[in-house]
Parts: sequence; C-alpha cells; structure tokens
Amino acid sequence: MELYDLTIHELKERLVDQEISVTEVLNTFYERIDQVDDSVRAYVSLTRDEAYQRAGEDLTGSLAGIPLAIKDNMSTEGIKTTCSSNILNNYRPPYDATVVKKLKEAGAIMLGKANMDEFAMGSSTENSGFFKTHNPWNLDHAPGGSSGGSAAAVAAGEAAGALGSDTGGSIRQPAAYCGVVGLKPTYGNVSRYGLVAFASSLDQIGPITKDVKDSAILLNAITGHDPMDSTSVKIDKPDYTEFIKEDVKGLKIGLPEEYFSLEINSEVKESVLTAVKKMEEAGAIVEEVSLPSAEYALAAYYIIAPAEASSNLARYDGVRYGFRSEQASNVSEMFTTTRNQGFGDEVKRRIMLGTYVLSSGYYDAYYLKAQKVRTLIKEDFDKLFKEYDLLISPTTPTTAFKLGEMSDPLEMYQMDIFTVPINIAGIPAISLPSGFDSAGLPIGLQIMGPHFGEGKILQAAYTLEQLLNIKDKRAKVEVSK
Amino acid sequence: MSVEYEVVIGLEVHAQLATESKIFCDCSTEFGAAPNTHVCPVCLGLPGTLPVLNKKVLEYAIMAGLALNCEISEYSKFDRKNYFYPDLPKAYQISQFDLPICEHGSIEIETEEGKKEIGITRIHMEEDAGKLIHEGSIDKSTGSLVDYNRTGVPLIEIVSEPDMRTPAEARAYLTQLKKVLEYLEVSDCNMEEGSLRCDANVSIRPVGQKEFGTKAELKNMNSFKAVEKALEYEVERQKIVLGRGDEVVQETRTWDDSLNKTISMRGKEEAHDYRYFPEPDLVPMEVDKEWVKELSDSLPELPVEKMKRFVTAYGLPQYDAEVLTDTKALAELFEEGVTAYDDPKGVSNWIMGDFLRLVKEENIAVEESKLSGELLGKMLQLMDAGTISSKIAKTVFKEMFKTGKDPETIVEEKGLKQISDESKIEEIVDQVISDNPEAVEDIKSGKGKAIGFLVGQVMKETRGKANPGMVNQLLRDKLMD
Repeated sequence: MELYDLTIHELKERLVDQEISVTEVLNTFYERIDQVDDSVRAYVSLTRDEAYQRAGEDLTGSLAGIPLAIKDNMSTEGIKTTCSSNILNNYRPPYDATVVKKLKEAGAIMLGKANMDEFAMGSSTENSGFFKTHNPWNLDHAPGGSSGGSAAAVAAGEAAGALGSDTGGSIRQPAAYCGVVGLKPTYGNVSRYGLVAFASSLDQIGPITKDVKDSAILLNAITGHDPMDSTSVKIDKPDYTEFIKEDVKGLKIGLPEEYFSLEINSEVKESVLTAVKKMEEAGAIVEEVSLPSAEYALAAYYIIAPAEASSNLARYDGVRYGFRSEQASNVSEMFTTTRNQGFGDEVKRRIMLGTYVLSSGYYDAYYLKAQKVRTLIKEDFDKLFKEYDLLISPTTPTTAFKLGEMSDPLEMYQMDIFTVPINIAGIPAISLPSGFDSAGLPIGLQIMGPHFGEGKILQAAYTLEQLLNIKDKRAKVEVSK
Repeated sequence: MSVEYEVVIGLEVHAQLATESKIFCDCSTEFGAAPNTHVCPVCLGLPGTLPVLNKKVLEYAIMAGLALNCEISEYSKFDRKNYFYPDLPKAYQISQFDLPICEHGSIEIETEEGKKEIGITRIHMEEDAGKLIHEGSIDKSTGSLVDYNRTGVPLIEIVSEPDMRTPAEARAYLTQLKKVLEYLEVSDCNMEEGSLRCDANVSIRPVGQKEFGTKAELKNMNSFKAVEKALEYEVERQKIVLGRGDEVVQETRTWDDSLNKTISMRGKEEAHDYRYFPEPDLVPMEVDKEWVKELSDSLPELPVEKMKRFVTAYGLPQYDAEVLTDTKALAELFEEGVTAYDDPKGVSNWIMGDFLRLVKEENIAVEESKLSGELLGKMLQLMDAGTISSKIAKTVFKEMFKTGKDPETIVEEKGLKQISDESKIEEIVDQVISDNPEAVEDIKSGKGKAIGFLVGQVMKETRGKANPGMVNQLLRDKLMD
C-alpha cells in the first residue's frame, strides 16, 4: 500500500513513531494530487503554501500532521471559500468556521478546498459552477454530491480524510458512490458556524473517511457545543473511538420494508441484505419494520430545503462581497443581473421554488404542510427507535451513475430517497461500503440511529466493516496522462 | 350635506433598546462611531455566520411588556422577514411574526375628556438594518455608501390597537409610552438619534360605521410635534378625498416637515410579500415563569404610580405631581429635596419654577444640571434661618444649578449674607430717606405705595442683602405713624 492509501489512524501511528515526517506526508499527498487531480478534479483550490507552513509548526493533538480536504462551503480565514459558485468566486472569509478552528487545534493540515455542487445543491457534483468531479473508481461516472469533491479526494488518495456537509444525503450518497465511509451526525452535534448555509434546519457537517475508525476520530475532533451556534447542543462529549469495537450481539436492527420494496438496483439490494445477514450471524437481531411516512420525506424535503435556501442565498446580491454584475444602471437591476449571472441553473431553480412556497398565498399549502410532514417523520423514527437500536437500508437506490446521464432534475432528486428522511428527522446515519456491483462500482449501506446515537452506529458499522473485509480496497485511478 | 367622520389611529413605535451590545453578536451599539467600525462577520451576515440571542434584549423586551400590562409569552420564536435592500446584509431581517414576546397590553393616557386606555396589540423584538448615505441627491446620486454600524442594533416594536381618535391622543400616547420606556431605562428614547421612531396608521369612517375606512400608513415623523401635525394633515386630506366622492387609496405616505404635508411613497400594488418563516438558526425561546416574576418584582415605580403617590404621600396638587414625574430624573430630584427639607410644596415650587426655567433657558436635560435635592434642601434651610432672603435665594439657586456648589459656600464667597443688624440697616434707611425727599413727601401725603420704592432703594444699596421685613418696619416706623 502506498502512503496515500493509508487511513488516518495508520498515518497517525507512523507519524507518532516518527517513521515519517509531516513534510513527507504532505509531499506524498501533493504528489498524488499532482498525479491524479487533473483526472479526478476533486479540488477547487489547493492550499500548498499554508499546508507546508503548518508542517513546520509544532503540531499537537489527535490529528497532528493529518492532511485533510475541506468542502468549499466551510469558511477558511483568508482562503477562498466559493461554494463552487461564480457568485462567490473571489470571496475570502475573514474568519474560520468552528470545525476548521477545531481541526486546526487538533493539529490537522488542510490540503485544499474540495469541489461540490454549487451551494451544496445536487447529487452529482455536476452542478459545480466551475467543473465536474469524476468518480475515482470510474472516471466516466459521477462521484455523487454535493460533497463529491470531498468523497472523491478521499477515495483517490488525495486526502487522508475530509469534511463534507449533508443536507439531504450530501455526505452519505457520495461516500456510497466513492466507496468510502461518510457520517452525517445528529443535527446540533457539530457546530454549523462558518458553514455557508444551504438549508439551515437540515445542514450538518460530518467526516468522510477511508474507514469507520477514522470516522470516529474525525467526529471526536469536530463535535461539541459552540456558543456561536445556538442550535448546537450542550451534551457531554463522548469519546467516539471507544465505540470502535467488534460487537453486535443482541443489537436490534430494523429493516424499513418501505425502503426495500422500492424500485432499487438488485445488486445494491442483494449486497445490503447479504451484509445484514452477516450481522445477524454475528448475533444481531434483524426484523422488518415499517416507516410509513418515509414516502413523503422527499416531497417535504424539496419544499423545506428550497424555502430555507431561497432565504439563505438572498444575501448574495453583489453589494458587499463576491461577484457583482457591471451591467446595471440602478440598485435593483444590480441585484437581479448579479444573481442571474452569478448563480447556476439548479440554484436558481431552488431559489424560485423556495420563494414560491414561502409566498403569502402558498405558505400554508406548501411550507406549513411540509413542516407537519416533518413532524410525522420524526415521530415515526422516534417510535421505531424505542424498539430498535438501529435501522439499515441501502444508502442509494443505485451505484454511481454516469456523468451527464441524469438530465432530469426530478430523477436526480430520487437519488436522495433513502438519505433525506434522516435530515428531516435530525438523526445520525453512516454510509459504508457493503460491496461492489458487477461493473466494479462501490455499493453503500446506510446505518441510521436515534438522536445522539453516533456511538452505536459507529460500533455496528465497525463490526460490519470487519465482517465484510473490503475496507482496504482502494480505487485505481486511471490516470489519463 | 356633510358627513361626520370618526378618526381611527394606530401607532407602531420602534424603540432602540439600551443594551451595550447588539442583538445577535457582541458588537457595540454606541451611537456616532466612524462608519463600519462596530461590525463583525455576524452582524454583517457574512456567509456561514449564525445569530445568537443577547439575553439582555429578551429581558428588556419583557420588562417593557410587563410595564405595559402585557401577557408575556412562555413560548416565543424569531422569524425571518425577507426583502432586498442594500442596507440589509442578509436580505432578511430577523424579527418576530406570529409569536411575539408580549401581547394584549394597555397604557393609560390623559385626554381632554379624562383618562383613556389605549390597547397594546403586541411588542416584538427585532434587529435594525444599516444606513444608506447617498452621494448627492437621492434621485441623481452618483453612488451610495452603506454604514452597517446599526445593523443588529436591538429594537422592540410596540404596536397599538387602533384606539386613538384624535391626533392629540396619538401624541399623548407617544408621550406616555416614551415616559414608561425611559423610567424602565430600557431605551433612551432619543428621537434625534433614531432610538425612538414612529409610524402611524390612520383612517376615517362615518360616525356610527363599524368597518374601518381605508388606511394610509405615515412614516418619517421625527418628533412628537411632527406626528401630531402629520396626523392632522392626513385626517383633513382623507376628509377632502371622501368629501368629493373619491376613495382613499391604501398607501404609504411620508411626512415632509418642510412642506408641512404628507406625500405618497408607494401604493398598495407595490406592497411587499415578506415571505415570513421561522428563523431556523435560532431555537425557540421558552421563557421561564420564575424569571418573569423576578423581573416583574424588580420593575421600578412607573410614572402613573409615582404621580399618584406624590399626590397622596406628599399632599401635592395633581398638577405638581404630573410635572414632577415627567421624567425619572426630575422625580428623583424632588424626592431628594423632600428628604433634605420636609416641605413638599416648597421643594416643588422651586423645582417647577426656577429649576425648570433654568433648564429651559440653558437648553439642557434635567440630569445635566449640577443641582441636587440635598443642595436645594440646604438652601431652603438657610432661608428659614434668615441667613438669606428669598430674593438672594434666587441668586444662590442659579449658582448651585450651574456649579453644584454648596449654598453656604456660595453665600460666603459672594458675600450674600442677609443683613439683620438693625443699627446697620437703620443707617442705610436714614440715608435713603434723606436722599429721596420727594418719595418721603408722597408717603407723608398718604401715597402709601411710595414706600415700596424706598424699600427697593435700601435693597439696592445693600445689594439685596438687607432683611426685607426689617427694612419695611423701619421705614414705616420713621415715615408713617
């Protein structure tokens, strides 16, 4: 195995044992980036100078010297934070997001900012305002989205780990497509301060890593109450690595029948059911359960998320920062042309949708109704988690589709069908690889848990990872040059 | 035939709360700082930032609610009010919509027909926007500048019921409201600095009609006088419109102080759809009952209660009590005075007379004078002791007002001690008699009035220091039998 193929905890060991230096680690990763990123295109910008400067510092903490990719919707002081949007193509925040600050404190080093669907809207990273990212397992395929850059960077060995953000599946779906581990924490467990908002009540930052143990290590570094975020929860911070142990005996697992009865790829279904079988053999109790409101989750999501987005994205008006259109003769024209030229189609689509569902004549019929559905979905999950420890489903109905293949936005929205209900309910879920399809593309399995059930999820995921024994399989990036 | 109309007025008052820091960040709220120096990523609404409520704002809003007899909501939340304007950094204002912090209150005002209760519909909290400065005139501006120091300054909006029937009542309501807020010290209510702003809704309807007439909203009134004048103008305007058989148009009108009239700003067709929805970045507020009780118990005595107490406890006439409780500072000066010198009416006379005259002459606030109740008490004691005459007292008072010096020191320094030495006065009286033979002749021929002239001459000779009683007696003894 190459150095860039190592997990965070493997790299950590070598750094601690002084087998390698931080500079060597950086050299390895930047060489790998130089070698493959022309093909993968995971990064929007690289922060080489800052990274090497950091390597010269006396780094301490749980992530000392670990090189990471950060999704480009997390604010980094003095470093461009674009959300892969032309409207922010020159924006440099004057402050660090809380997660960035925490990673710095833990000694981590940022390699660069990862590409994404513009403002995190999309499931393929094809909606980036700059360029598409490619799936390291097969460059013709999409890496998923919106954290496609983060997932692809980890899968291609262009980062030891990454941070993504997940509003409706944006960590888990690309993790599934790229054969890596993606965890969406409980809403409120990780501070959103500095995360450029898409849909405030759904957004959550989480780790994308090569294995489950790394996920626990990164989660440890970024959780905790933040006084700058009033939705961040004050709870005792557990050590998530303590849950990294092989044990699922007596664990009650539910399989939502509504999920498995949907039209999903048979290879995906079979892979997930085989994995579940292995957990059962290892002592877990598996039962079919019902999640009746889940079928409305997608509809509710595509009301709530655009509604909040339309409001969150209103600040990009060309007045204070970012792109400003020169083709305007007065203020209101300046707003309009700036936004028209600065935003891409998907973002515009959602802003219009959101503006519509919030407008006074339609609020009750759409937004309010969606909020009611949201309550029902939460109640459904709460009820299930009284009886079951965890729920398992595929992460996505299919494996990674081809770039350009999904032209109908509505069809694209269907890719989020298993991931969206988790954001609606605010609960945590992880996606980890359960196998590969006949084309060699990774299949993702999703484990969902109750609020603040990250520990239990990590334990089950780790056990499954050991049982499946595919965690060391890495994407072989076909380098074009 | 002429129709008799009834006027219906409701007011919306914005008061800036007197907190040291802004509503959602810890930037200073100080007035008059250099543009854009009291700003941070949060109040500038930079991408990724989140609001965190300043608890003092909630406390002040609740205090205002309690003082205005409102019900304090146990459950309250913030909402977003979306609109585009260059001075609004997030393109939405965080305000309260359907669940304001205070509701169903009232305030008592004095009208020509006696006391009247005006309903308070609601009080809600919100953030202020910034300030636009146009280069040149607004219609031919070459550019506009924005000062964001005000953004995030905490406001409460106090909305009245449409209970006022005359412009004078509206003014009385505003006066009373301002007094209450000042007494609570939750706002400095400085209209010039924009700490207190008022919009009015005004309509007229034929007497006896139940339905409201079409209303106009009046803005931009910068003084109590302007509010009253604008309302008077608007009522007349609407009467004329209806009188000629036209309909009043629902619109927003602005008061032009120089033209002394209201001018149409925008019609109803341009009315905004603010697309309110719950602010997802702030958790709803659950207000602790105990805390509300503590606040309620710690409320200061309010103007009406204080006024009543001044009548009953000090035996003051109603008029005196009203004048003395006009501001908290004045009432405090009076009570200090009474503590130092136990003659409420005497103390009241000095404050209502010389003190208020000097305040007016010097054009200063009550608090800015150097006079204290203790000094006033001492001065009154000097009068009682015959050390100074009432005339001299006026000089001493003026000096105390300006310098805050002790009255005894003033008397000493200026040599103002009253002359009560009979032989010394007699000497001067004799001198005056011999110097004014004509006046003496007049007195002797029965024109008693002339004695006043001679008294005056003696006082002049002694620079007011002679004991006037003694002077009078001596002159009478010598010239009249």
